Parts: sequence; C-alpha cells; structure tokens
Amino acid sequence: MKCVVGIDLGSTTTKAVLLDEQGGILGRGITNSRSNYEVASAVAWTEAVTSARFDLLERAMPSTSGSWAKPMKDAFRLELFIDELAELRATILRNLERSLTVHGDRKALATTVGEVLDRVRRKAEPLFVGGAPRRSEFFRDIAGALYVAEAEEISRAGGAPFEQLAALYDRAILEVETRAQRRDVGGLLRRALDRVLPADRAENATARAAAAQAIATAAAQTIEEIAVVGTGYGRQTLPFARESVRSEILCHGRGAHRVFPGTRTVLDIGGQDTKAIQVDDHGVVTSFQMNDRCAAGCGRYLGYIADELNLGLHELGPLALQATKSVKVCSTCTVFAGAELRERLALGQKREDILAGLHRAIMLRAMSLLARSGGVQNEFTFTGGVCNNGMAVKVLRELVNENYDPTTTLNIHPDSIYMGALGAALFGLDDARAGRLAPMPPFLRAVASEVSA
Amino acid sequence: MSEHTESKDRSQLRQKRMIADHFERLSRAKEEGKKVVYTFVPGNLTELIGAFDMLPVLPEINALQSGMRKKSAGYIAEAEKSGHSEDVCTYVKCDIGMLRSGNIGPTGTKLPEPDLLLLSYTGCFTFMKWFELLKQEYKCPVVMLHVPYQPDGVITDEMRSYVVEQLRTEVIPAMERVTGTRVDVDKLAAHLSLSKQAEDDLVAVWESARHRPSPIDGYFGGVYYVGPIFSSFRGSHDAVMYYRELREEVEARVARKEGPMAPDGPVKEKYRLVVEGPPNWTNFNEFWQMFSREGAVVVSSTYTRVGGLYDQGFRHDPSHPLDTLADYCLGCYTNLGLPSRVDLLAKYIREYEADGFLVNSVKSCNSFSVGQLLMLRKLEEKTGVPGGFIESDLVDPRYFGKANIENRVQSYLQMLEARKARGTSADAVVSP
Repeated sequence: MKCVVGIDLGSTTTKAVLLDEQGGILGRGITNSRSNYEVASAVAWTEAVTSARFDLLERAMPSTSGSWAKPMKDAFRLELFIDELAELRATILRNLERSLTVHGDRKALATTVGEVLDRVRRKAEPLFVGGAPRRSEFFRDIAGALYVAEAEEISRAGGAPFEQLAALYDRAILEVETRAQRRDVGGLLRRALDRVLPADRAENATARAAAAQAIATAAAQTIEEIAVVGTGYGRQTLPFARESVRSEILCHGRGAHRVFPGTRTVLDIGGQDTKAIQVDDHGVVTSFQMNDRCAAGCGRYLGYIADELNLGLHELGPLALQATKSVKVCSTCTVFAGAELRERLALGQKREDILAGLHRAIMLRAMSLLARSGGVQNEFTFTGGVCNNGMAVKVLRELVNENYDPTTTLNIHPDSIYMGALGAALFGLDDARAGRLAPMPPFLRAVASEVSA
Repeated sequence: MSEHTESKDRSQLRQKRMIADHFERLSRAKEEGKKVVYTFVPGNLTELIGAFDMLPVLPEINALQSGMRKKSAGYIAEAEKSGHSEDVCTYVKCDIGMLRSGNIGPTGTKLPEPDLLLLSYTGCFTFMKWFELLKQEYKCPVVMLHVPYQPDGVITDEMRSYVVEQLRTEVIPAMERVTGTRVDVDKLAAHLSLSKQAEDDLVAVWESARHRPSPIDGYFGGVYYVGPIFSSFRGSHDAVMYYRELREEVEARVARKEGPMAPDGPVKEKYRLVVEGPPNWTNFNEFWQMFSREGAVVVSSTYTRVGGLYDQGFRHDPSHPLDTLADYCLGCYTNLGLPSRVDLLAKYIREYEADGFLVNSVKSCNSFSVGQLLMLRKLEEKTGVPGGFIESDLVDPRYFGKANIENRVQSYLQMLEARKARGTSADAVVSP
C-alpha cells in the first residue's frame, strides 16, 4: 500500500502520521524528542508503521468481527506495552550489572526490580483491556506512574530504597524510548488474538479462522512511503530535502481543520511555542501569531511546575481542577512562577488553588496571542500537548466566554497532539498527487529497511 | 568579471568612497576649523548644514553601522553599565556606549566632538532624550526644531509657517553663532537644486520595482540605496553622481530582466512583498537571506522612506528654501498618523502588485512600532492581502532569535504559497 508520512519534530515530543492515498489515517506514532531528533523521528515513524499494520488488519477483518475488533485493538496495545516493559526490564538489569555506583547486593536489587515490574505488568492490564481510565498514551507515563507507586510500596515494606529503584528507572526509560524497535507485529497480533479469542475454546474456532485470514492479508500488504514531509521545531536540523519541509504553523492549521472542518481559529500550545492561527474554509492559514523571545506559558512551563511539585505532568490538570479558588499568579516567567509557587506554598496556600492560578496565567498569555492574530472565531480548535490538561481547557473556555462569543464551539480532539504531523502528511499527499514524490530521507530509510525486514 | 557585475559595483564603490571621504573629513575637522553638527536622519537639514560648510554626524547611522560590524553588543553593555535600562532604544544605547568607548566611527577614525546638537525632528520622543544625554557629554549648544505631527496626513499652512519661523529665528541664528558666518541663501538654494536632481533619480530607482521581476530589493537592498540621501550627502555633487549611476545600473537590470542581487547571489523572484518597519542590523545578511533564499523580493518598504517621501511627490524646491525644508521635516514617514501610514502601505501593495506585506516590529523603536498590529489588521481589510508579523531589534543582538524569526518568515511565505494553491489541496477533496 502506498502512503505518505508526516513527521512533526516538536521540542518535547516527535509525532508521525501515515496516510493512505485517499487521505485516510493509517497509523500514528509518538515519542519523546529529547535532544536527538534523528532518533526521535525514526522511533515515531516506526511506531506509526506498527500501528498502520494494525489498521490494515482492522480493514482486512470481516464485518462480522464487530464484537471482537475493539477488544482486539486493546489487547494489541496491551501486548505492545508488555513488549516495551520487557525491554525496560532488560535495560534496567543490564544497567544494574554494569553500574559503578550501585554497591551492595545487586542480586537482591535485581530481584526487587523484577518484583516491581511484575506488579506493573499486572496493574497495567486493566488499563488496556479492563476499561479503566488511562490518562496517557505514553509508555513513559503509564509505566512511570505504576513503577513509582509500586516501588514506593515495596520500599516502605522494607525493600530496596526508593531513590535507588527510581534512579534505575529514570536511566533506563531514556534509553528505551530513544531506541527504534523492530516489533514483531505478527507475534503481537497472535498474542492479542489468543487473549481475545482463546484457542482452547471450540466456539472461537470460526472467528479465529477469520482473524487468522485477516492477519495474513494484513501481513502480506507492503507499506510504501511515496512522500515524506517534516515539520516542527526540529525540522531544520534534520536532513530532509528542502522541499519536504513545511512550517508547523501551516501544518497545525491544516491538521486541525481536517479533523474539525468548521475550524476557523486554532490555538496550539506545544512544548515551547504557543501559536494562534486563523484559517479559512480550506484550512489555509490566513494569519498567525506566536510567542516571541520567551516561552513561558508553554508546555515546558507546566513541566517545570510539575517537577517543582514532584508530580507527573499529566497529574497537574486533575489536581488544579480540585481548586476551590484561583490564587492570582502575577508572573508567567517560568522561573519566577516556580519561586512564586514555593512562596505561596510556604504561606500555606493550597497546591490546587495555586495551580489553578498558574493555569489561568498561561491561558491569559494565549489569549493575548489570539487577540493579536485576529481573535477567536467559531469554531475554535485547541491543539498541542497542553490541550490534554483539563484545567487548561476549563480556563480557556471561561476566557473565551468572557472575551468572545460564548456560543463559540471549542473543539478538542483526544489525538490533537498529532495535528501537526497530520497537516504535514496532508501536504505530503498534495505533493504526491502533484507528482512530487519525496523519498524517505536516508536516515529514516535505514530504519525502514530494518523494520520491514 | 561580467558586464553587470562591473556596473553593479560602480555605484557601490562610489558610495563606499564617499563614506570613507566623509569620515576622513570629519577626522580632520578640528584642525581645519570646520564645525561639526550632530543630527538625526528624519528631518535632517543637510542642505542648510552644507550651506554653512558644517559637517554632519548622524548617531543613528553610526549605531546601525556598529550593529552591522558586530560592535553594538559591547557598546550596549557599556551603556547599560551607566544605568540605561534594557528597554531603551538600542540606537541610543549603542551610541552612548560608542561615545564611552572612545567615539571611534565606523571607518575606524575618531569622531570629532559636536559644535552643535541639531534636533530637527521631534516626532520621535526618544530623540529629545538622546540629545539631553549628549548635551551632558559635550557641553555644546542644542537647537531644537519642534515639528508638529501630521494627524490627517496634510501639511497645513500654519504647520509650515510654524516650522519656518523656528528655522528663521532659532535654527539659522544658532548656526550663525557657531560658525560666525551669515547664512548664504544662494548656496542653500544651490544645494537644494542638487538634492532635487538626486531625488528624481532615486524615485526612478524605487519605481523600477514595478517591473517583474523587480530589479531591486526595496528594503534590504534599499537601505544601501538610501544611504547617501539619508545621511551626509544630499545636496552634494557626489550624491547626484551616485544616484545617476545607480539609476543607470537599475535600468540596465530591467532591460536584462534581472532580479536583485542578495548576499548569496541573484534572487529569483517568487514572492513580492511590502515591508513596514526598520530592519535588524546585527544579523542583516542572515535576515535578508531568510527572504532571498525563498525568492521573496521586497518591492517597497516604509523604512526606506523615513528620510523623505519623494515617491509621493515631494522634492526639495530651491525657489522656496525655508518652506521646502519645513515640508521635508514635516513629511517624514514616521511623522504621519496611522491612517496615512495605512493608506501609503495600501498604495504600495496595490501599485507594486505585492503578494503580501510584512511588519518587522521593533519594540524599542516607538516611532515605528506603536500601532503596527492595528495597521496590519486595517491593511488586511483594505487590500485583502495577507500580512505577517515578525519581531526583532535594531542593534541589540540579544533580541535576534534566529529560529523564531526564520520560523515566522517561512510560515508566512508558505502561507502565501498555500493561499495560491487554495482549493487544490488534498483535504479539500477528501471527506474527513
């Protein structure tokens, strides 16, 4: 199958989207950018190919498979998580063996880590197949939150010191998430199938045969990338062909408009950029404004605040939503805001109330950019990593109501972090249709041949 | 060497020689008994200064030259040491810092101290503060010409006579006191007549940008073209020669259908832009290349009109020497109200068939930046042409964020491209 690829190299995360020739979304992948965009784009792209394989499977499944298609998808993701967890375990144990700083009984420590990871695996299961709420799609977030909780418990019960366990995780997760993995998609699918339709039950025989046929059909499909477009902060540093690079402002505007065709205004808050974009009825950008000189108020600001409070980034919003009042935070300079946070905590103010104020401070900055770009028009689509934060959304809604038409539709898509990559892929599709085929850049091709082997 | 490179170099070489000669004259001014006037570009009274055989020094030009020569960061740091805030106009800080560092001019020779500080344009409030600072340093007389603002884009008789009266009763007497000579009106008229000749040729150079491709870049290239007429050379034979040569070179480019030359070679015109606001000087070539590499040519700009709106009909008129000087001071681009500025930009967009217009906003330059966002919106409404907005600084390299500016420029140009291709995009034919 021919497809086009959009890769969005954000300052925090790198995203990849694969589209088929009709413009349908085939696969998506995401990873942390860290400082190595080359690896990050290879990882995100590899993930997108893996998820595309699953999508191909879904397309190959008979219509009668409705009852098990969804569980199959969940099981596939769980199997993928288990695969990644195994990789994490191997990495921790390898690091532990080579570590110069760990003294004492390494064997006992290895056993404890094993115990923590076993528990993580057990606890993760209901998050994927049990319908329990999963706050993040990131392996890092899900595994990290579970690991910390389990390590704390084991440590409290007299196991290894928590700091030691946490340090092992911190080092290994960086390695795991920046390593492009060749996934045995066929194996993952078979394991998922066994989970959903166990082979030892006779009544599953027909469905299993149909699924096996679908898996074979999907596996036989080749994925051929005919055009690649790169966007995002890191696009200039990567060896993409010049004509294969597009501005992220255009890509975000276009991606948002594709998902919500009524969109006229887009607010994108990413790691270090806030962009206010106006688009026309074709999704073409007509005006934009972005932050200048200072990135306070962007995603990294929230990351810094989360670190100050010793919380995960995804925990900030839910905590702030518990606020009973909003403490006024004057500064949106990240460093000053951190100082103000500590000062207010010392004065006895509640974390959630201070956080509510911080969220408002961020959104006031965004409102200024929106005003400068031409205001908020209906419909208004909020994208970027920060739109996963419930408090940020709540405050934005309030501010839109105060300053613009309160009946304005506010769109937020659960996958809005992919909007830039989606827009890039759409530009890739334009290129492909106009006969401008852009081959995969060599650094990605190297990974591609490995993965499709 | 090809024919066109030779001809292109001729005017450039002449300008270089003119500047070197001028600073050479300045370095000998004291020993030769010449009087020195420090003054500003907007509303400069170069012909009058010339009529008294005085030599002008333009601190703004020195500051931008320091920016281009990578010296401004040190000068600004020097000024900040003496208490100037981070928000002060960076031309001022650069100039003060240069003064504190020995007052070595752009060509490496020491600048003479002023015998007169001539503030002939008050549209920029910072100018007044700047000269207050210089007054403390130099203990020389200051003369100020109060120039009324043009709220409606019209110079009334009252405004003109108010300025003429000040020229007669304050500026000229101050110059007479400093030089010990009486004003020579014939000499002034002769200079004004030379100005007019150069102005005619400059207008022809500006208007050459109506051609496709435009033979000039009217902003990045344009700042070189305005050099002589904005600074010390208006009303001189040198300037007349320079602009005649430049015009010939540009006309030859039109005949050959050549685009402008950028730092890294000829530009193949893809986008035609109008630009509002001063350029950044510390990363000038880098900034220019962000446009030239994408095929973006600036067909007209307002920064290149701060020293005179000649293309809107103004010419120095030797038959009315004081009236014409008054009209010149009143007619600076930055002395116009926002509606007049919007009208002028709209006219440029229309007449030069621009695909878009871009504002380079410099926060520390109040004269330009106040109201620019409003202008942007009004222009979009008026012309239907999309505007872009970037932010940088005059000569403080700390405020040139390359990645951010480049991102905006590219986004803007790609936006123009996408608008051209509207309706043929992939998602227009694919249901979501």
